Amino acid sequence: MNTFGDPTIWLPFVFAALMGVSILIYVVLDGFDLGVGVLFPFANDEEKDRMIASIGPFWDANETWLVLAVGLLLVAFPAAHGDILTALYLPVAIMLIGLILRGVAFEFRAKAPAPHKDAWNNAFFAGSLMTSLSQGFMLGMYIMGLEWSWMNAGFGVLTAIFLTVGYSFIGATWVIHKTDEHLQRKAVDWAKGGIWGLVLGIGAISLATPFVSERIFDKWFSWPSFLYLSPLPIISGLLVVWLWWMLRRMPFYQDRRSWLPFAAATALWVMAFGGMAYSFYPYVVPEQLTIYEAASAPESLFIILIGTCIVLPTIMGYTILAYTIFRGKATELRYD
Amino acid sequence: METLLLSRIQFAANISFHILFPTITIALGWVLVFFKLRYNSTGQERWMEAYRFWVKIFALSFALGVVSGITMSFQFGTNWPGFMEKVGNIAGPLLAYEIMTAFFLEAVFLGIMLFGFSRVPNWLHTLATFLVAFGTMMSAFWIIVLNSWMHTPQGFEMIDGVAHATDWSAIIFNPSMPYRFAHMVLASFLTVSFLIAGVSAFRWLIGGRTAGVRVALKTAVYAAALLIPLQILLGDLHGLNTKEYQPAKVAAMEGNWETDTGVPLILFALPDEEARENRFEIGIPNLASFILTHDWNGEVQGLNDFVTADGEVQHPPVNPVFWSFRVMVGTGLLMLLISWTASVMMIRKRRGIEGLPKPMLYALVGMSFSGWVATLAGWYTTEIGRQPWLVQSVMTTKEAVADVPAPMVLSTLIAYLVVYAVLLVAYIAVIFYLARKMSRGEHIDTRVAPSPAAQPKAVPAE
Repeated sequence: MNTFGDPTIWLPFVFAALMGVSILIYVVLDGFDLGVGVLFPFANDEEKDRMIASIGPFWDANETWLVLAVGLLLVAFPAAHGDILTALYLPVAIMLIGLILRGVAFEFRAKAPAPHKDAWNNAFFAGSLMTSLSQGFMLGMYIMGLEWSWMNAGFGVLTAIFLTVGYSFIGATWVIHKTDEHLQRKAVDWAKGGIWGLVLGIGAISLATPFVSERIFDKWFSWPSFLYLSPLPIISGLLVVWLWWMLRRMPFYQDRRSWLPFAAATALWVMAFGGMAYSFYPYVVPEQLTIYEAASAPESLFIILIGTCIVLPTIMGYTILAYTIFRGKATELRYD
Repeated sequence: METLLLSRIQFAANISFHILFPTITIALGWVLVFFKLRYNSTGQERWMEAYRFWVKIFALSFALGVVSGITMSFQFGTNWPGFMEKVGNIAGPLLAYEIMTAFFLEAVFLGIMLFGFSRVPNWLHTLATFLVAFGTMMSAFWIIVLNSWMHTPQGFEMIDGVAHATDWSAIIFNPSMPYRFAHMVLASFLTVSFLIAGVSAFRWLIGGRTAGVRVALKTAVYAAALLIPLQILLGDLHGLNTKEYQPAKVAAMEGNWETDTGVPLILFALPDEEARENRFEIGIPNLASFILTHDWNGEVQGLNDFVTADGEVQHPPVNPVFWSFRVMVGTGLLMLLISWTASVMMIRKRRGIEGLPKPMLYALVGMSFSGWVATLAGWYTTEIGRQPWLVQSVMTTKEAVADVPAPMVLSTLIAYLVVYAVLLVAYIAVIFYLARKMSRGEHIDTRVAPSPAAQPKAVPAE
């Protein structure tokens, strides 16, 4: 008997979990810097510089989690990668162009001649918006089973708007943590204005998901899994109430615990994501392809896993190092 | 046009745009490490001045490389799902190792390298610079392993039409990998040498005669002069390797239709793919045989050997390969001529950059992006030369393409091309804008750096 059980069972599961964690880290980390981009039009020039400074040292690495997530999909579940990305051809293309625009605008706005700076600021906003909207649209389409119909696309538009507002919310909580004084107060207002997007988004997805498939409906509303699942909505609800309570009182005395809204927002993402992962498991292409059917050969997954076990903790380590070095309030970014 | 051709053009456009920036960052990272180490050991501000200017170009190039690279990783799925379905068991782990060992390393330490100078100890900043350079090199390594495997696949077996790995060291150290990797790394160093030489010559010409410009130009010209002969030698070895494993590609590069002995080296010709012959051929007798077999009368395989009995063409389209190869070699020879002439001028007059006459400075400015031309031409030679195969003798390009409607591919292709054109113009414009700005003496700050051997700052203008 193989002590590790059947590798065609546990390897796909491990990789699905790794991919899930990467997506989750991505939506939290790039979520906040995309959100900062979406909030750009509400800020004046000086505030824009400050907001850029708050994400400057991080955005590159944040986006790498997307590469890892899509990379894991590509390498661990190649069949699903093809199915999903061909079905989402157009939103993927829009997202990519959005990512290109915001990534380069980030560099160009600081280096191009001053008269062009506004144009690059606009490109940064437009790119962030395109990326957020298309990711939200893809999320909606994915939940609806990747079938193109007017109703599904309509749902996609809805999730596109909600996710974008949700990103702007977590972006605002990041700005609350990384800045002070006037901009921080402004960010508190942004967060108050954005929290509904998150609430409605999670709500809409939670309402729609069980009705897309009978399987998920049963999974949710049968005893005793109903009981196991119930902490998710309860904790999420408490988090929202707590966030609202905090935001009404912020900034706290001497700016203490300015990181709390960001942490609470992250916890909220984790809840929402956990619910989705629970619902869709074991499918990677909803209702069509399970992770076990779509997985690469075990010998290939195994060789990636060995590397992952060594490299992932290292990545975590130096990511934490970078966040520690650039902790505290964002100051002017300088090359020297 | 049909989906296959449009998808190929789109992939070619994306990867051509993408490779421009890694070509710069792979070597520029090491150049920055060099500048930083020189600064650490001498304490001379001129090295840090050079570092500060070029780290900005690095940041810009890196951002463009990252975002265009993300596009690439999605294109596999959106346009070429057949590739991963068939050889995903091999390509997958290689790509995964690239992401895990290279992408995160680069991206995380880039923040410290760019913005950390005054926040972290000097050794950590130097280490961050090194790790970013190391990361870009690792990234190049893994992706070239995969690319080379597509040219010279081994270490696998086919089970039910899907490739399964049997020997990872055979896959990684496949026959063309060492040549391709070395060729690409040297190409990157040459590209950066000419970019630094060109931009520094430009700054010098418009009056930015600082110590930093002086040291950057000298380093770049000497590096180019040293590396170009190595690159030519390596290119020859790479060609011999290709002849062994992909003879059809070499036949297309040489424009050689018939298998023969004593084959001439064709300098100019218009290959006619319909008539399967060359027009207006000018060649040097027996030289191709000599270069490829090291024997004046050696036998060289021709393109006609790669047509099946029922007339199916299994060699690449001849014209693009033939011409890309000539553009690459021509640019390389021009690089040799310019870098050696400039080096001789600098050494003979013993006056460094002041020994260079104006026309030479203009020539260097003109050569700023010559590395891009040669690199792209080289990649076109090898990649078009692999057609009709996607993975040599394992799967054709046609088998891998996604069934996306052609108008959809066309619309995204146009969108990408517009974005790329704008970005390319902006990139080059910003480099020269920064060069002008520095030369006007703006933005030269008076910050006091915590340097290990603090010395008074060099006077910027003289």
